[in-house]
Amino acid sequence: MDKYEYQKIVKENKPKEPKLKNAIVSFLVGGSVCFIGQVIASILQVTFGMEVSESYIWLCIITIFIASLLTALGFFDNFVKKCQCGLIIPTTGFAHSMTSSSLDVRLDGMISGLGMSFFKLAGSVILYGIISAFFFSILGVIIYG
Amino acid sequence: MIFLNSFLVGGLFCLVGQIILDNTKLTPGHVTSLFTVLGVVLSFFGIYQKLIDFSGAGATMIISNFGHVLYQGAYTGYHEMQLLGFVSGLLTKASSAIVSSIICAFVLALIFKPKD
Repeated sequence: MDKYEYQKIVKENKPKEPKLKNAIVSFLVGGSVCFIGQVIASILQVTFGMEVSESYIWLCIITIFIASLLTALGFFDNFVKKCQCGLIIPTTGFAHSMTSSSLDVRLDGMISGLGMSFFKLAGSVILYGIISAFFFSILGVIIYG
Repeated sequence: MIFLNSFLVGGLFCLVGQIILDNTKLTPGHVTSLFTVLGVVLSFFGIYQKLIDFSGAGATMIISNFGHVLYQGAYTGYHEMQLLGFVSGLLTKASSAIVSSIICAFVLALIFKPKD
């Protein structure tokens, strides 16, 4: 059996991912998350008289708190497995990755576990966000003044 | 109307992410990083602020918003403090998201035990 035949057999027996179902589920879940967020932001604006930009910052903090709490309680991993990008792309995914990685390494100790591996998954978002924002802002100042 | 817009825009971002995730070999880590950089690029062209005005939380709850606030922090930082503003202003607006997620994750990791 040569390499080509082997790859053919692997391809045939690979479990097919339901791409269409995944896409629809993530569209609906992601949309619902953002819809609920808009409801919370509107409530904050009306009842507490916040400015629009201020209410979005509070919304971000509330989302991160809820997602972290659900991750720590153990519900959120199943949700993420089912909904995939519907929960990874919103801010919930950022909070989920941070809390789950810190829970995983918690038992290795405070410094060598928690301290060193805290940003394991969220680190790439922060790193590439900062790198790209730095260079693009320099470019933006050059172009727009 | 803004409620429907937030549903559609938020759903569309997630749909694009799911299509990238399913049809390429990229992992969720790649996709979130990609969307952060996408937020910076959209903010650079001035599209992201329009998207926030159009769809509210549909744009601010997406991870791309993190890139948007980083870019805006550095850009407005330059106009307040000139060259120093690039480094001192970069994280000012994104600070709330980073600090709150660090505190939540740390405190919850101390309280709860991991479940397998």
